[in-house]
Amino acid sequence: MNAPAMPFAADALDRAIVVATQGGLPLVARPYHAIGEQIGVSGEAVMARLKRMLETGAIRRIGAVPNHYALGYSANGMSVWDVADEHVGRLGRVIGELPFVTHCYERLRHPPQWPYNLFAMVHARTRGEVEDKVGHIAAILGDAARAHAVLYSTRILKKTGLRLTKLE
Amino acid sequence: MDSVDRAIVNALQQGFPVSERPFRDAGALLGLGEEDLIARIGKLLDDGVLTRFGPLYQAERLGGAYALAAMRVPQADFDRVAEAVNAHPEVAHNYERDHEFNMWFVLATETHDGIARAAAQIERTTGLSVYLMPKREEFFVGLNLAATA
Repeated sequence: MNAPAMPFAADALDRAIVVATQGGLPLVARPYHAIGEQIGVSGEAVMARLKRMLETGAIRRIGAVPNHYALGYSANGMSVWDVADEHVGRLGRVIGELPFVTHCYERLRHPPQWPYNLFAMVHARTRGEVEDKVGHIAAILGDAARAHAVLYSTRILKKTGLRLTKLE
Repeated sequence: MDSVDRAIVNALQQGFPVSERPFRDAGALLGLGEEDLIARIGKLLDDGVLTRFGPLYQAERLGGAYALAAMRVPQADFDRVAEAVNAHPEVAHNYERDHEFNMWFVLATETHDGIARAAAQIERTTGLSVYLMPKREEFFVGLNLAATA
């Protein structure tokens, strides 16, 4: 977990900042002041709210999101595992700590079409590299994994991030 | 993309300052001037090397909700369904994957109820089932990809 679980209640100003920045930061020398001008508050007020949202985990981080294809990580394998519910918490933490796993979650399953409840995302440059890493996960899970699959992404169909459409 | 661009991509995945002149401050650590850094980030976005530059919000903490969803889309219908799904503003991103469950997208909505509503709307507009797979527990999120030559 990188985000601390602190209570946070977004007010109208926070939400105005979210709406103004969800498409990205303005590429100008004083971007926080530019946002403030747009929504009618000072740049200092914008910065104070952004800092608070970072502290509370409402913002994971401010920064760049690369297109992994453009960086050569063309093999993006979503490994999914059917792990007994009583073991998934313990094993999920172990798998999440592997250096090559970039996201790891327990998710709702839909048997029989979708029996998998543990998701571990593996990014690599080739499918062979992904398969090696999936083999490593399989060895750790052992008999606790009743079945697994690896889903490779073949196309980005949309990538816009969070969109809030209205203000309270 | 040259070595300076790679250094920018790597450094700015770690974070970006909240300060009066953040491009000047971030540029100083990279040995780049403010205007140069701004111009290079703009070009990386235009070229599609970066998909976003700014705050990455966690919808749940803003009173919103996120859920991963998947669909089994017949190959012949794939492009039509992708267009219909992407037209919903609640769809934050959408990937094609090589599996019977071949369309995977994230729904981001203002409220918890919004997830089920958006899924039902997508089912109506596409005529296909949406399988919601909300997370029950998060073990790790630390996506950070090195740009190397």
